[in-house]
Amino acid sequence: MTAFDPSDITIMIVDDEPSVRQSLAAWFEDDGYSIVTAQNAAEALQCMQEHSVDIILLDIKMPGMDGLALQDRIREFNQQVIIIIITAFATVDTAVRALKAGAFDYTTKPVDPDELSHLVLNAVDKIRLQRENLALRESIDHLQFVDDIIGESGPMQQVLELVKTVAPTDSTVLILGESGTGKELIARAIHMNSRRRYFPIIPVNCGALPESLLESELFGHEKGAFTGAQYRRKGKFEMAQGGSLFLDEIGTLSLKSQIDLLRVLEDREFHRLGGERTVKADFRLICATNVDLEKEVKSAVFREDLYYRVNVFTITLPPLRERRADIPLLASHFVERHARSMNRPAPELSSEAMDVLLTHDWPGNVRELENAIERAVVINKTGIITPDDLPVQVGRNSVPPRGSSLSEMEEEHISHMLEENNWNISRTAEKLGIDRVTLYNKIEKYGLKRPE
Amino acid sequence: MSGVREVTVIPLGTHPRDVSLEELRSGIEQILPVRITIRPRPVDIDSALDASRKQYHSTSVLALLLQQAEPHTERLLGITPYDLFVPVLTFVFGQAQLNNLAAVFSTFRLHNEFYGIPRSGEQLAARCLKEALHELGHTFGLRHCIDHPCVMNSSTYVEDIDLKPADFCLPCREHLEIVL
Repeated sequence: MTAFDPSDITIMIVDDEPSVRQSLAAWFEDDGYSIVTAQNAAEALQCMQEHSVDIILLDIKMPGMDGLALQDRIREFNQQVIIIIITAFATVDTAVRALKAGAFDYTTKPVDPDELSHLVLNAVDKIRLQRENLALRESIDHLQFVDDIIGESGPMQQVLELVKTVAPTDSTVLILGESGTGKELIARAIHMNSRRRYFPIIPVNCGALPESLLESELFGHEKGAFTGAQYRRKGKFEMAQGGSLFLDEIGTLSLKSQIDLLRVLEDREFHRLGGERTVKADFRLICATNVDLEKEVKSAVFREDLYYRVNVFTITLPPLRERRADIPLLASHFVERHARSMNRPAPELSSEAMDVLLTHDWPGNVRELENAIERAVVINKTGIITPDDLPVQVGRNSVPPRGSSLSEMEEEHISHMLEENNWNISRTAEKLGIDRVTLYNKIEKYGLKRPE
Repeated sequence: MSGVREVTVIPLGTHPRDVSLEELRSGIEQILPVRITIRPRPVDIDSALDASRKQYHSTSVLALLLQQAEPHTERLLGITPYDLFVPVLTFVFGQAQLNNLAAVFSTFRLHNEFYGIPRSGEQLAARCLKEALHELGHTFGLRHCIDHPCVMNSSTYVEDIDLKPADFCLPCREHLEIVL
């Protein structure tokens, strides 16, 4: 373990005897710990509000609320703090009660200096492990969030902000976007940043399974529920317990499946096919679709009640052609990723190839871009990817010629957005995901003028 | 180290058995840039005795020691053959005012005989020197040292005292150079 700085650890001494408070404080101050003292329960609770206390040395017998009652009170709002009971009146009963109620250790006054030292060092070791554990978890979560989603453009930053906002809540999320825009990645990012992240996220592609199979896929079945059901099988609802259920292409659900799903969402429980026992449905629902659900509701293909159930918080993913600024970043990322998986050095993207990538319309979005790059990495022999390495259709389906450098595109995009918003600076800045000052600077930089 | 501080060593209760204060003085002066004065007459600390524990309350002993301070006194080091305690602990080897005037240590648990093993004048002298340096270190603002072999390591067993060197580690010495 790494060396630690004792001043990072705060010990609170709770005892009604001033001499005990003073001698313990002096003892641990010599070791360099940060010390706070309290002479009764009320002072101790006050101290906990003002300081981040790591270890409490707690006397049992005190006027007013005694140490054991104080421990119970503290445990109501703080499970982490380490409590060591030091009492002059030790009994087996109080020791058992204290330890059952979550005390870290229990000792009697007067305590051997060596024993006290060890008690506190053990507590410190536990705190260090807790802190390391927390730091590791945070770094893993952070990596998972950052690694997968690539995009610095305004529209993508807005999406990430929405993800950050909704992730910690338990709300149902509907992700809209064209095919290949990364809806599942966003679903996973929401899950990984929610309190359910230590349980699984279970993806179900509703469009990939016929209605009859989808039912047993979602609900599971008991042995003998239907011909061929030779074993009891858990369904996706059950597998997602504690975690998240990601229903992709929810727009393709049959009307019967829609009713089944609606019932589970309303009752928060279900039965396996052929089963009697009620199973609790404890999952967060994340749905995605590339069809216009509202239109489907109007044409009675999608149930209105289910639509309102799933359309609680909506995140719309922009198609790649609306966030061209991210193409260089995404392209480099995919070059790196596929070169690594093929165990060869990452080739460079020539500026001509980048021009082609920037001007293509990408009807298949990020997935199409990734496939194009993967192909280029496979066939490239020279170490520099040229337009010839890209699939033929990428060269063909390009947007009308216009400035292809990033700054030219930025100028054109800002100019277009300003016109669209009638030169309302605040609204345009908000749409672009930048602040007003930055927008003014860009207008000045590109010499954009408001039409007379 | 730059300056020289005056340290007054005072026997408390009675003269510690088998301990040469002259030897202690030269040991301390070899390690710390201080000048030691020894007061020959012991100071009475009976009022610090806790009859039920048959030990002396070290915080009260420090208070009695502080009464011996004179206007020019820079540091006071009390040495007593009696066993010391603070209320919550079974005993203490010594106690000091952090970054302040007074420190005290007891030879009671530094004798081999206390642990039922043959007496050793050499070991006793070495332990006394380490305890004196340790408590004086506290009066010069040093806390317990956890990273290095150093006389400022915390000792809760006499073996801990035997294991540590009678000198300060580099970071503690650097601190002393600043304050002394």
